[in-house]
Amino acid sequence: MKNKLIPFSIALIFIIIFIIFYKGLQDTNIYTPKIKINYEIPSASVELFDSNEIVNTLEIFKLDKFYLLNIWSSWCVPCREEHPILMDLIKDDNLKVIGINYKDTKKNAKKFLKELGNPYDKIIFDNEGINAIEWGAYGVPESFLINKNKIIKKYIGPLNKSSMEEIKLFIK
Amino acid sequence: MKILKLFLIIFFIFPINNLKADNEILKNKITKNLRCLICQGQSVYDSDSEFANSLKIVVDNKIDEGLSEKQIYSYFQNKYGEWILYDPLFNKNTYFLWLLPLLIFFVGGAIIFNKFIKKQK
Repeated sequence: MKNKLIPFSIALIFIIIFIIFYKGLQDTNIYTPKIKINYEIPSASVELFDSNEIVNTLEIFKLDKFYLLNIWSSWCVPCREEHPILMDLIKDDNLKVIGINYKDTKKNAKKFLKELGNPYDKIIFDNEGINAIEWGAYGVPESFLINKNKIIKKYIGPLNKSSMEEIKLFIK
Repeated sequence: MKILKLFLIIFFIFPINNLKADNEILKNKITKNLRCLICQGQSVYDSDSEFANSLKIVVDNKIDEGLSEKQIYSYFQNKYGEWILYDPLFNKNTYFLWLLPLLIFFVGGAIIFNKFIKKQK
């Protein structure tokens, strides 16, 4: 009996290790971030781009409307691509677009908005990129659809036509 | 008088330096255990990406605010999920990962015990 137990346990360990490695092989090694939804927006003090005023984020999103928080920068090329979509989205009265100006200079940002139009109701000035971290963002561009102080959808990367249609369906 | 002044200056500067150095060590320790999510196989400490640089500032700020190491980890875990930590926490998804080496160690020990020590007796 004892003699059988040793090969059996060795075989069992090998089988367990084999299963773990086999499962690991099937997993993709490209990390896809979890897009958790329906969580509260972070409460933090932020600096506004135009007035240099310090306000709380909850203050910005207090109305009973849909908000699209868009992280952008003048040096970010995909932001240029998605800009016409933002300009299109603000035609709907039920949606307000709020910007986070990420690691940018005010001069360049103003030039960018002058050239392509300003879809933003308010802009948060985020010189060090720490406000974007507060929102759990990875970089630019990134957008969050917010309703009643909750994030209901997160878009990583530039918005495209299909995401625009989706946002329009949400805010209807 | 001059010596007294010098002594006072040294006396006041040294503790501040120590404090800063302690914070720097803690910051390095924390950033080494945070994964740079947009880089491949690099920690926040190693990376110079925009994301990692912002994270380093946030870690600095949180240390200044007086948060403990654990509180800082749970802050980032809350924002980005457990993947951001290099050291996985002990929970129902990872208990197998943590316990398997121990299990193998004990089974191996039992085999050795059976084979050699019992034989000697």
